[in-house]
Amino acid sequence: MTRPDITPRKGFLAENPSVSWFLGCLGLFTLGVTVLSQGFGPALLSTSMVKILGMTLCLCLIAVAMDVVWGYCGILSLGHFAFFGIGGYAIGMWLMYARTEGIVVESLANAPIPPTQAETRDAIATQIFGVVGSNELPALWAFAHSLPLQLVMVALVPGLLALVFGWLAFRSRVTGVYLSILTQAMTLALSLYLFQNDTGLRGNNGLSGLQNIPGLLHLPQSTIALWFFWASALALGLGYLLFAWLVSGKFGSVIRAIRDNEARVRFLGYHVESYKLLVFTLTAIVSGLAGALYYPQAGIINPAEIAPIASIYLAVWVAIGGRGRLYGAVIGAAVVSLASSWFTGGGAPDVNLGFYTINWTDWWLVLLGLGFVAVTLFFPRGISGLFDMLVRKP
Amino acid sequence: MRFTALFARALLILVTFIGLSLARAEMATAQDSLQPILQGHAADLAKPSRQTIGPVIAELLATDHPGIADFLRKWEAREVYQRPTDGLFFYAEETTDALRLIDIDSGETVAEVGSRDVDQIRPNAGVRREVAAALVPYELNAPDPARRLAALTAIARSSDASQIAPLAQSIETEPDADLRTRKERMLALLTAQFGETKAARLDAISALSGDISIEARSVLNQLAARRDGVAQTLPEDINIARVLELGTDITEAAAYDRLVAENLAPPPQTAKDLRDVLAQHIVGGTVGGVPLHLLNTTEVRARAYEALEAAGTVPPRAAPDEVANAVAAHVFYQEYLQPDPDITQAAEAALDTTRIALGLYQTADLVLDGLSLASIFFLAAIGLAITFGVMGVINMAHGEFIMMGAYTGYVVQLFIPDYTLSLLIALPLAFAVTFGAGVAMERLVIRHLYTRPLETLLATFGISIALQQLAKNIFGTQARPLTAPDWLGGAITLNDIVGISTIRVAIFVLALIFLALLLYILKRTRLGLEVRAVTQNPGMAASMGINPDRINMLTFGLGSGIAGIAGVAIGLYAQVTSEMGANYIVQSFMTVVVGGVGNVWGTLAGASLIGFLQKGIEWFNPSNTLAAQTYMVLFVILFIQFRPKGIVALKGRAAGD
Repeated sequence: MTRPDITPRKGFLAENPSVSWFLGCLGLFTLGVTVLSQGFGPALLSTSMVKILGMTLCLCLIAVAMDVVWGYCGILSLGHFAFFGIGGYAIGMWLMYARTEGIVVESLANAPIPPTQAETRDAIATQIFGVVGSNELPALWAFAHSLPLQLVMVALVPGLLALVFGWLAFRSRVTGVYLSILTQAMTLALSLYLFQNDTGLRGNNGLSGLQNIPGLLHLPQSTIALWFFWASALALGLGYLLFAWLVSGKFGSVIRAIRDNEARVRFLGYHVESYKLLVFTLTAIVSGLAGALYYPQAGIINPAEIAPIASIYLAVWVAIGGRGRLYGAVIGAAVVSLASSWFTGGGAPDVNLGFYTINWTDWWLVLLGLGFVAVTLFFPRGISGLFDMLVRKP
Repeated sequence: MRFTALFARALLILVTFIGLSLARAEMATAQDSLQPILQGHAADLAKPSRQTIGPVIAELLATDHPGIADFLRKWEAREVYQRPTDGLFFYAEETTDALRLIDIDSGETVAEVGSRDVDQIRPNAGVRREVAAALVPYELNAPDPARRLAALTAIARSSDASQIAPLAQSIETEPDADLRTRKERMLALLTAQFGETKAARLDAISALSGDISIEARSVLNQLAARRDGVAQTLPEDINIARVLELGTDITEAAAYDRLVAENLAPPPQTAKDLRDVLAQHIVGGTVGGVPLHLLNTTEVRARAYEALEAAGTVPPRAAPDEVANAVAAHVFYQEYLQPDPDITQAAEAALDTTRIALGLYQTADLVLDGLSLASIFFLAAIGLAITFGVMGVINMAHGEFIMMGAYTGYVVQLFIPDYTLSLLIALPLAFAVTFGAGVAMERLVIRHLYTRPLETLLATFGISIALQQLAKNIFGTQARPLTAPDWLGGAITLNDIVGISTIRVAIFVLALIFLALLLYILKRTRLGLEVRAVTQNPGMAASMGINPDRINMLTFGLGSGIAGIAGVAIGLYAQVTSEMGANYIVQSFMTVVVGGVGNVWGTLAGASLIGFLQKGIEWFNPSNTLAAQTYMVLFVILFIQFRPKGIVALKGRAAGD
């Protein structure tokens, strides 16, 4: 590295060419998908494919957040998918409420006497919660009628949860594997809680019909899918920029130092807990936003999505992509999640070994698991480590 | 007392003697055949009447013929037919269009006849009562204990006052001690309900206090049963349990509902009723002069209704203050169904005592449940704790080793059908298989990752999903049975409340054995010494001539092997699926985290805490085990705040950072 006092500090983008490269690639990709899905008719890129790509971009965003918290700050959080799910639930509540309100108002419009507000509310509650045997709107849904308030919830709830949990955990200096298990326990508690029918979020039914956006019902799904794809690409671009900027400066140096030797950083006078808490909370908020973009495209959210295993998969993506570099996380999330849907969706051809036919829907997880072990053992830098070999030739 | 008992016994002996001698006389002539005996009373049996049947039944029962009770029961149930041609009695089975006559003595089919060719005998209700009453004491004194037990159960099913005397009598001659206690208890139950004198009933009730059996509790609850009541003034002539205080014991809405149910007040108008009434009075786009589109608030609707009320088109409705007035004008109470206050008081007192006993036994049962759960957690987590303590490595595939052990047990059972033998083979085999798998995993993967503990977590997770899917591919997704041998099948029950299945006891014993074994290995053997040395300081241990590589390998194998054994144990009472390991892994982690690593006692403490806690929370809210688990996880998170290194923390340099 050059010494800072000799070389004047260049601009952020000039210092980090990978950021420009990434944003350029993302822009080209977005443009390509737009052209392929709209320009040549629906034959080339189906609506469901656009949705899958949009969802993948959201997964890339949470992977970037995970990379910051794990790859840069050394906190192996097994709870970030819980924040993702909370974001999805928060936006899902508005989507479901607003859409049900539309249906209810329409059906009550034919009544001889116009309904009171209380009657409308009761009808909505019966529609939404009839499936869990309730007809009252829980207090949790107090803001569900308003999109702006619920959008605030998307960021606020994961942020607050991360703040409280992180404060408790970092304050008592829970580190390493212990912290991982503790975050996993938090995720488990949340998913078990959501699985109950009486918690006001429809138990294991989850929230459904989220692909129908209130106010946009007249538009075809292909248009909405593209809009969400654009929004996801924009969110990923902005999130990438934010985190790249964050980890490039002094802040980035401090959190990397915390990862490498926490005690030494503490002795140097840094308040380690605050740094960790900030990273943990910020990435949780971004995860919540990613979830809020993901679930309207997926159409349904239920507690199984938040199960601890999802968060472990997230760590797997980042590890396979390559920790400690943001584009690695993006590559890992995109490659693994797309490969996963290709293999389990029946896209991959069966392999006939003569005595046994390998059906990839059955064997994909075995391959993923073993591949993951191989990556950990032989390519600790992940897929993006391959770039190093190309770029910095010996 | 004593004298009467003696007298009763003498009388009984006399009666039995006469009965026996009579029976002997009859049997001599009848040569063990029932039909001739019945023919002796043919007229009475064919056309029974309530006045004459008593002595006939007594005489028939006195013959002590083995088939007589059966005959009477069938006769009472209108299943006996008489052939008019020769007057013989038959049982009969109905076929589609005919009756199949069955010989009373041999039980063989005699003939098929049309339903008009024989006469069905139809004793009336009075006669049937006589028969039933006569049969009970007869059965209570039957020589076969199973029949005596059946008679007792019959009494428990439908009890009445007439059973007290024969039951009391049969206790005197009851040879079986167990049946005797049962009979005595049944007598107390009967007396408490139907005793002739109040003193006898009170005695019986107080004898029932503290008896936690379901029968005793239901009798006491019946005696203390209450009914809700409402009246203008408190009635004098009934047995009041308590007067309900408005606001504290009963809400105003509930009170008004009760008034409505008793027809003491008109039903209140709901918002829906109001809307319906208004909808019926729409005149030219307005209701009571209010335009329709304005009727979307409660206030406007009330105004419209008042307008209709003023016009006289609708009846006046109950205003909120009328509800309050109506409620205030009445007194709400609970009364006992039992009119006698002394009886209900005694029953309540007995119930109070029972509740205390019940609470104690429930606590005992809860402790047993907690112990059993704790021993399962201990077995599942101890392997994890050892490897974590020695190597600082969290093995995410630990749950899959549990699954592997369970499947080993299943496969062994496929080859060896004898469950006891297969279990004896499966336990060491499961240990061997998972020990091998653990050692292989340590050699191939974990050894290379010692400097990167977080990555071990992920690499072992990769192995975990691969193993889980592999098991799914081999054994399919449906659950496989791992059947316990018969001697583990039952349950050990102390009474109606406290009970535990034998398998859980066996798992508890297994956990104890492993606790002892591990303590022995760690504290008394060379291997244990070396393991402890490596745990405390690997570098120093290595410089003392210990090979840490070998120790790590053996420790990992040992931890995995115990997981395999735990798998067999868990599979015996839960089902064997590819996901069973995943169900225990998080609890195992928490056990380790709460207990502290690298210490058998710590794991024991952690498992006990988690097990008892889970059962305890479940007890508060038994319908919702999900909530119990949620709260338990929250507790663990909070617990870590106060003891970040677990209950038993390592001290010194081994504690790390």
